[in-house]
Amino acid sequence: MMEIRIHGRGGQGNVVAAYLLASAAFEDGRYCQAFPAFGAERRGAPVVAFVRVSETPILQRNEVRTPSFMIIQDETLLHEKGLTDGLKPDGGILINSPLSSEEISERHGAKMTAIPATQMAIDNVGRPVPNVALLSAFLELTGILPHGALKKALDERFSGHLLDNNLRLAHQAAKAVTKDLWKEKADAASA
Amino acid sequence: MRQALEGSLAVAKAVALCRPGVVAAYPITPQTHIVENISKLVADGDLETELVSVESEFSAASVVLGAAAAGSRAYTASSSQGIMLMAEVLFNIAGLRVPMVLTCANRAIGAPLNIWNDQSDSMAMRDSGWIQLYCADNQEAVDSLIQAYRISERTELPVMVCMDGFILTHTLEVIDIPEQDKVDRYLPPFAFDRRLDPSDPISLGALVTPEFFSEVKHSQHAAMQKALPDIVDADKEFKKLFGRDCGGLLAEHGDEEATVAILTLGSIYGTLRAGMEAHKSRKKVKLIHLRCFRPFPEEVLMAALDGVKDLIVVERALSPGLGGIVGTEIRAVLSTARKPPRVHNVAIGLGGRDVPLDMFSRLLEALKNGSIAEFSVFDADLSRLPEEDR
Repeated sequence: MMEIRIHGRGGQGNVVAAYLLASAAFEDGRYCQAFPAFGAERRGAPVVAFVRVSETPILQRNEVRTPSFMIIQDETLLHEKGLTDGLKPDGGILINSPLSSEEISERHGAKMTAIPATQMAIDNVGRPVPNVALLSAFLELTGILPHGALKKALDERFSGHLLDNNLRLAHQAAKAVTKDLWKEKADAASA
Repeated sequence: MRQALEGSLAVAKAVALCRPGVVAAYPITPQTHIVENISKLVADGDLETELVSVESEFSAASVVLGAAAAGSRAYTASSSQGIMLMAEVLFNIAGLRVPMVLTCANRAIGAPLNIWNDQSDSMAMRDSGWIQLYCADNQEAVDSLIQAYRISERTELPVMVCMDGFILTHTLEVIDIPEQDKVDRYLPPFAFDRRLDPSDPISLGALVTPEFFSEVKHSQHAAMQKALPDIVDADKEFKKLFGRDCGGLLAEHGDEEATVAILTLGSIYGTLRAGMEAHKSRKKVKLIHLRCFRPFPEEVLMAALDGVKDLIVVERALSPGLGGIVGTEIRAVLSTARKPPRVHNVAIGLGGRDVPLDMFSRLLEALKNGSIAEFSVFDADLSRLPEEDR
């Protein structure tokens, strides 16, 4: 079973990101579970959501403490103490940042892969919501699900122009990262 | 059809499948998404029902009482303080023996103010006369809701379907939504014999003097006890049509020859099951999910505990000044058993505290080293309290 933790701020579509990733896993025939760490949500406040993907039914409902992967939707969250705590030693961090992966890794002393997801979202969807770009990049990096599964999940949630724009955004975001860079990590995490 | 759905949306879809005549509810976290989704189904034309927006939970409960008394299939949902505000009406609904279904999206009761999950709200309604079914996962929340109407309409008792707030209501997972034609077969249109009908007037809710009150209460108690086979039957019939069940009155998992059992209600069951699978030795241990808490399934529970030497009752509520609620009841029931197990009782996961995967191992460890108390708030960190409060 693979466990993923998604960090963001209220308004960035953190829960939607978790639900989309889980829905994509379902579309690919897996079992899935996604839920937010429930707080008194308000715009701008730090929020967390969890995703589990498995070949077999998922029984536990505890919060994900030791994720294989983290998706961070807002780099200012890195100032929060302990944000990346619990990440598995061979895990991966995907972050939304205009900086290059090298720059941001050096700045925070931890290896991360960065994409400018907010700018990509503004360019394609017209709104600064980085979730879809990050999910698409995540699938490209890990290869855990085909892009078609995310497309189906997006199709369930959006329609018309909004769907087209999000699909274009997903396509652009996938091209911004190295395909299968984390495939070994992902295979190990799923085992 | 199997779908990846948020629990609340799945429950709203299940409500629609039951073709309610009247829905009235007031939004409260974490029940809100259920009501929102029902109102969306109505707005989209996918559900034909009289959806009544009200100004409080007291009114919501009153509207569904009136509707159900007039013979309509009625639905409401609430949580926590909302259930508290409904309390007076909930006792009336049960006392008047009016059938209906309510989903309780379980949440702690303040103070201290807390929006997160535990089961103190439905436990506070323990003596209201409602049948109470607890759901281990979202599939059970859907299936139990559909079963609840059948149970309610056969017994003329109201049914409260309890699902852990957030932990189930806000979790997206794979859920099978039953087909409408099968639900229609399972749940034929309901004709309430005692319905309020202007063309054939009867009185409902008359003043009952001491001359009859005791008899009324006796018959309410008897009706609850007689509902036990109806609850089992509803689950069996459900399985015939839909191929799955909820375990009837309780579900068991693990070693049939178990000498140690851990009993719980609601979604902790899944986390304990996963913890059990990850545990090095699973021999002689089993888990019990007490699905039906009211009426209390004494006989089935006694049978499940045959051969068990140590029982750990895990609950998500407590009675301050006494200890566990479910644990205390089980001790009372076991007082007539030939060889009763030792009962250890813990409250965990209060006010939304995360129940980690290793809880199963920690409970067994505490049992083994004798540190498990007769009752404790097991996951409380006493070092954070002043000396005199420990």
